[in-house]
Amino acid sequence: MRNVIAIARKEFKSYFDSPIAYIFITAFLLLVNFLYLWTFFVAGQADMRPFFGFMPFVFLFLVPSISMRLWAEERKMGTLEILLTLPIREVDVVLGKFLASFLFLVVMLLMTFNVPLLVGFLGDPDWGTVICGYLGCLLLGSSYLAIGLFASALSENQIVAFILAIAICTGMLIVGEAFFLILVPDFLVPLFEYLGLGSHFESMGRGVVDTRDVLYYLSIIGAFLYLNINTVEHRSWV
Amino acid sequence: MIKIENLTKYYDATLAVDSVSFEVQKGEVVGFLGPNGAGKTTTMRIITCYLKPTSGKVTIEDFDIFEQPIEVRKRIGYLPENCPLYPEMNVLDYLNYIAELRQIPRAERSKRVREMIGVTSIGDVLHKDIGELSKGYRQRVGLAQAMVHDPEILILDEPTSGLDPNQIIEIRQLIRDIGREKTIILSTHILPEVSATCNRVLIINDARLIASGTPDELVSRAQGAEVITAGIKGPEEAVFEALRQADFIAEFRKVREELAGEQSWLTLEIQGQGDQTSEKLFHLAVRQGWTLRELRLERLSLEEVFARLTTA
Repeated sequence: MRNVIAIARKEFKSYFDSPIAYIFITAFLLLVNFLYLWTFFVAGQADMRPFFGFMPFVFLFLVPSISMRLWAEERKMGTLEILLTLPIREVDVVLGKFLASFLFLVVMLLMTFNVPLLVGFLGDPDWGTVICGYLGCLLLGSSYLAIGLFASALSENQIVAFILAIAICTGMLIVGEAFFLILVPDFLVPLFEYLGLGSHFESMGRGVVDTRDVLYYLSIIGAFLYLNINTVEHRSWV
Repeated sequence: MIKIENLTKYYDATLAVDSVSFEVQKGEVVGFLGPNGAGKTTTMRIITCYLKPTSGKVTIEDFDIFEQPIEVRKRIGYLPENCPLYPEMNVLDYLNYIAELRQIPRAERSKRVREMIGVTSIGDVLHKDIGELSKGYRQRVGLAQAMVHDPEILILDEPTSGLDPNQIIEIRQLIRDIGREKTIILSTHILPEVSATCNRVLIINDARLIASGTPDELVSRAQGAEVITAGIKGPEEAVFEALRQADFIAEFRKVREELAGEQSWLTLEIQGQGDQTSEKLFHLAVRQGWTLRELRLERLSLEEVFARLTTA
């Protein structure tokens, strides 16, 4: 566990060693604020459901860019060879890197505090729904991160890792969306709906925390971290 | 201390290491010598548990790389080729990070790191980012990183590649100093490096271990018979006749002739049969009353040995 924390601390600090992190957070904040405020005054409703509603799609492009460098860069630069010959287990490295990117995601979400503040100032939102929505964002974002981290271990090119992560995330997102489900035989609809990353998110955005949804996200995260550990242990790239 | 038996590694269908076996004793400085792509790096990566071999057995102080990789890694300090370090980290943070992951207790950590900074003389650059360092300093940071946990064994993959001549001399000196207390395996394709730093050489070519021994042993083995250059003054016909008769000489040829009064200086290249050819030749000259001004045992350079062994 000490190793996990040491790695997470180093990786988290590395994000802020380059200006990219600041540019990235700024871009994210501008984008979500713009998208939200675009309709906020028109709708005239003091709730954050639209805000959470477009998160699966905003995350689709932003989250893989948080995770893309974590393995790819180390592979490209060769630093992985020192890291993986230290007396630590691969699982510690995977968890450390995941934890660092998770903390970065938390920071990103915390920086959107102005939105609930504004809503609270102008109206009287249901705070339970807001907290629940943020929890959903965290779970969905973490699932994207686990997928992105796995994709990052598959290539030493960050751009390839990025695109691969988007491809997997998009695939897992649309299988549960309505426009895809109409193409699916009726008896398979519940299955695909269950597999979709987005369908579990919608109910959380409405303020419903269902343990099945939470378990779904946790198992997606677990599955991709497991695949990641396997990839790193086999290191078929050398 | 390090024991390798029938180590074989395939990358898909490509054979990278072909049943290599050797042992390294405590305190030895062993040089891996071979052309690029011979399998040096692969062997090192297997010893450090970065790669898994296809077959074979590797043990470090009785710990098997398959069964107890963590124990093996604890005992090894490794500097990979090209010294890959995080460019965005500063030197001190980096060494502390590695020390932490090496599980050095917090109380000792800064003492160990400070010691390494002293050994590798990087005190001037502690607060610089690694990306800003010259290659020589980077290599020193790499060495400090490899030694921070005071390992018994150091594995250095081409520790002097890409350095300028002064830096090379410095790093070699550093390796020699470290080598007094530690077991070191280093790889190189630069031959003088081996004579300068190692007390044993393993020559690898085409995935195979083709020779092993001290630099001197390898030279004499590759050389076969002794070759002597001799400068003799005497009557040419008589000299040639006597040399043809001598049973300790297999072959000779005249290289040069300089007139000096009645007789001339003959420079001859003589290939001996058996050993102590030069001593026997000296006594022959004394018996025959020739004047002798030069008697030199020709030695192959390590370059020539290497060329003979790897192109045969």
